[in-house]
Amino acid sequence: MPINYYIILSITLFCIGIVGVLTRRNAIIVFMCIELMLNAVNLLMVAFSKMHHLKNAAINASAGSEGQLFVFFIMVVAAAEVSVGLAIIVMLYRNTHSVDINFLNRLKH
Amino acid sequence: MKEFLMLILLLPLLGFFLSGLGRKTFHKKTISAISCGVIFLSFLLSYFQFLDVVKSGVVVFDYFNFIKVGTFQIPFSLQIDQLSSVFLLIITGVGFLIHVYSASYMKAESTEHYGRFFSYLNLFIFFMLLLVLGGNFVILFMGWEGVGLCSYLLIGYWFKNNEYNYAARKAFIMNRIGDLGFLIAIFWLIAKLDTTSFSIIFSSESLAKLSSFDITAITLLLFVGATGKSAQIPLYTWLPDAMAGPTPVSALIHAATMVTAGIYLVARCNVLYSLAPITQTVIIIIGLSTAILAATIALKQNDIKKILAYSTVSQLGYMFLALGLGAYSAAVFHVLTHAFFKALLFLGSGSVIHAMSGDQDIRNMGGLSKQLKITYATFLIGCFAIAGIPPLSGFFSKDAILLSAFEKSPVLYWLALVGALLTAFYMFRLFFLTFSGKFRGTKLQKENIHESPMAMTIPLIILAVLSIVGGFIGIPEIFIHGGDRLSQFLSPVIGTQNKLSVSHTTEYLLMGLSTIFIIATILLAQKKFTKYQPTSESKLGKLIENKWLVDELYNKIMVNPINQLARVLNDVFEKSGIDAVVNGVGKLVHYSSRQIRLLQNGLVGNYILLMIISMIIIFTFQFFLKK
Repeated sequence: MPINYYIILSITLFCIGIVGVLTRRNAIIVFMCIELMLNAVNLLMVAFSKMHHLKNAAINASAGSEGQLFVFFIMVVAAAEVSVGLAIIVMLYRNTHSVDINFLNRLKH
Repeated sequence: MKEFLMLILLLPLLGFFLSGLGRKTFHKKTISAISCGVIFLSFLLSYFQFLDVVKSGVVVFDYFNFIKVGTFQIPFSLQIDQLSSVFLLIITGVGFLIHVYSASYMKAESTEHYGRFFSYLNLFIFFMLLLVLGGNFVILFMGWEGVGLCSYLLIGYWFKNNEYNYAARKAFIMNRIGDLGFLIAIFWLIAKLDTTSFSIIFSSESLAKLSSFDITAITLLLFVGATGKSAQIPLYTWLPDAMAGPTPVSALIHAATMVTAGIYLVARCNVLYSLAPITQTVIIIIGLSTAILAATIALKQNDIKKILAYSTVSQLGYMFLALGLGAYSAAVFHVLTHAFFKALLFLGSGSVIHAMSGDQDIRNMGGLSKQLKITYATFLIGCFAIAGIPPLSGFFSKDAILLSAFEKSPVLYWLALVGALLTAFYMFRLFFLTFSGKFRGTKLQKENIHESPMAMTIPLIILAVLSIVGGFIGIPEIFIHGGDRLSQFLSPVIGTQNKLSVSHTTEYLLMGLSTIFIIATILLAQKKFTKYQPTSESKLGKLIENKWLVDELYNKIMVNPINQLARVLNDVFEKSGIDAVVNGVGKLVHYSSRQIRLLQNGLVGNYILLMIISMIIIFTFQFFLKK
């Protein structure tokens, strides 16, 4: 399959993520959109890594493995982030009885 | 030896620090003991130093490298030779007497200001010593500037009076004008000879490197500096105003220090001046005209200190006349005798002012001889000395100057003699108005008239004795062979002067003539002023009383235009130029920060939107830039 499809798919996913972060007020949905963006990037990296491997396999057997390695890193980081983020959302709900992020504008003070 | 010389210099500085820093903690007696003590020690050391110079001559000590730029070096060096040792003795000796006198004179001041006064006095002596001891032009210039600073501080000592502050500023600025000339001269010398040391500059190899134009320009510029410090036309108007300071300060500025700096400078550079006939002519003209102009002004002044101030200007004119004539040792001689009798007269006038409860107007005095016996006697001696009655000190020094004037041209002699007669006239006008006749002041003043305490009269007596005998170190050849010991002593620095070509008969005749004229003038003054009646002045008298309107002229042509220029600059450049820019920057920051603040509204969505927009901008920018 040509690389173009993967690129278009991940751009689409990424844009959905951005639009979701910008427009939605529910903290959990915003959170999900952030995950979406991260995974769009992951997808792109795997795709590029595969392409790279196909092209250079003759010279280097492990060509393109760095991309996949990074994907795992990102997954680990995302998992850690989720645990922190969800904890924040729980605390938010306990304090405000809402998960609307526009209530959280007190940061400006 | 090296440390010895430094000690002379550093003792007054130590006194300055002690009395200045301890002015709030020390007792008045401690302060005066410290400041008089250090000067006295300095005087003793100067005396030993003087004996040493008599034995061994010129010594130059380098202490450390003061300024070093590339290959050019200015060492911190002190030089002691015949000329500077004479000045050392004058400064520390007369300075010490003035210190003792001030300890009593300033008693009414509060302790803090008393300490301030004495610390300034010590600092003054320090800078003056630095001036005469400096082994190169830069060290001399440091002392030169320091003396100017101290005169500013002391003239404006009573800083609550705005007029006094004005007088202090005037003295400082006038001196600065002169100093500019001095500075340019130093730079000129550095540019041509690459050194500032006296010993190198005055050597024949260095002089050979200078063209006659260089020498003329340098000497003229140095002379400009000297006119500032020594109050010659056109920069003399600060000196009479300097009377704003306490009387001992006037004595210090006028007799022992400061004003003699110009004379010292020219005498120090006599090698250069002897090679510049044009400059010498200029000095003669300026010296003589200053002597006569100041003497005429003194005729009609009514403030006791103002008269003495103008007489100082006039006497300094004589000294410059002598310098211009090449009679350097006569000028130094006159500095010496003038230090004695002018200090005496000033301190005497301080005693009179003290007795008059602060009144300085001689029209209100009269008949003080009965109450102020010591002041009267010593003041009389001072007047005789300044008028030049033989055998007091003023006679010998003035005669030496008059004689060298006669040798140059009889016209100069007659003009100088006229100046001398004017001197005798105004001094005895002052004397008779103050001490004889009837008392003309208020009743309250009359009851308070009293002789000054011992601490004030003893310096007067010492100075009076010195005024009498001070002339004997320079007795002319015709009286005693080899009697002119001062010029013999100074000859290594000043060089052998051409022997007088005037015959002995002429010399006797001139002396007799001037003495007779002077005595006649004194008698005339006595007749006119013993029974003084206030009369209205004629038009010329008014003009003289207003000092020939020189101050007004200066104000009109220099001070006012500068003030106006300053006002224009203030209104236009300052307000609409610099202020507008500075305030504009402030306003811009203020305004933009108020606008940009609105972006921080706390909505996370907005932040992310902005972040994304800017990222897109950066990416597209880079994308197009790469192409």
